[in-house]
Amino acid sequence: MSELPDNLPRGDDAVIRVVDLVKRYDGRAVLDGVNLEVRRGETLVIMGGSGCGKSTLLRHMIGSIWPDEGRVELFGQDLGALDQEGLDGIRKRFGILFQSGALFNSMTVGENVALPLKEHTDLDDDTIQIMVTIKLELVGLRQAADRMPSEISGGMKKRAGLARAIALDPEILFYDEPSAGLDPVTSAEIDQLIIDLSRKLGVTSVVVTHEMDSAFSIADRMAMLDKGRMLKIAPRSEFEQIRDGEPTGDEMGDLIRQFLRGDSHGPITRRRLSTGYEEDILEAAGGR
Amino acid sequence: MSTEGKGHDFVEFLGAKLLGGFVYAGGMALLLGAAINEVFRGLFSPKVRLSGRAMADQMVRVGVRSVGIVVLVQLFIGVILALQIAPPLSTFKQEAMIANIIGIAGFRMLGPIITAVVLSGFAGASIAAELGTMVVAEEIEALEATALSPVRFLVVPRVVATFLMMILLAIIADWMIAVGGYITSRVVLGPGVYEGYFERMRDQLRYRDFITGLVQAGVFGILISLIACYEGLKVKGGAEGVGRATTMTVVYSIVAIISAACVFTVVFYVFDW
Repeated sequence: MSELPDNLPRGDDAVIRVVDLVKRYDGRAVLDGVNLEVRRGETLVIMGGSGCGKSTLLRHMIGSIWPDEGRVELFGQDLGALDQEGLDGIRKRFGILFQSGALFNSMTVGENVALPLKEHTDLDDDTIQIMVTIKLELVGLRQAADRMPSEISGGMKKRAGLARAIALDPEILFYDEPSAGLDPVTSAEIDQLIIDLSRKLGVTSVVVTHEMDSAFSIADRMAMLDKGRMLKIAPRSEFEQIRDGEPTGDEMGDLIRQFLRGDSHGPITRRRLSTGYEEDILEAAGGR
Repeated sequence: MSTEGKGHDFVEFLGAKLLGGFVYAGGMALLLGAAINEVFRGLFSPKVRLSGRAMADQMVRVGVRSVGIVVLVQLFIGVILALQIAPPLSTFKQEAMIANIIGIAGFRMLGPIITAVVLSGFAGASIAAELGTMVVAEEIEALEATALSPVRFLVVPRVVATFLMMILLAIIADWMIAVGGYITSRVVLGPGVYEGYFERMRDQLRYRDFITGLVQAGVFGILISLIACYEGLKVKGGAEGVGRATTMTVVYSIVAIISAACVFTVVFYVFDW
């Protein structure tokens, strides 16, 4: 795992494979035929505006919700075909950092990190304590082991959540909006942690975010979701070219560019404005 | 034409409600099944551990903290019963029978049922709010993603603790009703009532009455905790959802407790138990 070369892609074997994924809520397709592969050792950033389906996609990958059509494979196994035991076996091989950190509020930070170790390993208490200390040190929280989640800041909660996510030395780490709601410095620290974990431990990372600075600093490859469809998956450099280039009139390129730059004018805004405003007004007037 | 439409709407409404009721009952049954499964796995499989500490924490929270309020409420129930029964009995010069009636009413039904109602507001609502908040904070998803079963981890300790504590609280409740009645006799009703009060109660009561009450108490405990866990775990939509879950927990619990009590009473009456 640690012998991965620095040039990318690091490996060809896909550890995550999403095939023709469709998910509907109340008849509306939130994910509409999404295909995606994540290779061992790489960091893939999934981007997209609010409500584009990126969190839903992430929840499919961790087996928290199930597709209406298509399938999700982790380590070559179709999640939908697994029984509870099989699913739990897969779950022990990945970790996830939730948006809020999702620490168990009734336990101290240290107990949160110790929980997966206590439940899933036969290690004795002393060894678990050592492991907890190591994991907390990795995220810079060794001093906060005995504090309750309610007593620490949002950034610390995320770092503690990360320490818990890496407790079982996972092969894949999922991050749901890791820098949302954090100040720039803390956000940069989290980014650095993601990079460190990927480089030092050789962990495969899937990061869902709409923070572009963060995305460009951590990604090996990037994927852009829009309205439940995968617009583009490409190495970071390609997205950098799009971001730094001039508008071409190509709708998809311009849409991605607008998103990456955070411009207030472009295809995304036009699409939002051209939704039959005049018709609505006339209809409302006619309804009188 | 319009009345026909309304009739149709009403049938649709009724059907939807009925269907909703079945779905709810089905969901509860599944949760109960899952909880029982986890208890057995915990008892017989060395790989599945049930946390004794979590169970003890819940017993303190559900039971020990409710003792004061249960004592207070049940003393009052004893007082109310004694004062309500006294006038009609006195017309037959049978005030002494207050002890017998309070014994039967208290031990068989009022002790368990009033305790259950108190507990549904006290413990049920707080369990629903707690689990609901955990859903909102993604803690449940985090548990599942860590390959830990929320049923084993959260539901089992709460259901087992509420079941056991409900039985213990019912025992306290039974005695408090009796004591409430005695105090009232002592202060208000006179020596004809309080002399030999506990002897008459003991003569009236059979073990069967006591056990009947405790069986019901156990069932009420399971109902309250299951409804609370179910409502809590299916919370959607943030703080508003948590508020709705706590309210519905209390409402559904009380309906479930009284319905169950009614069924029990009918069954016990029919079989002369």
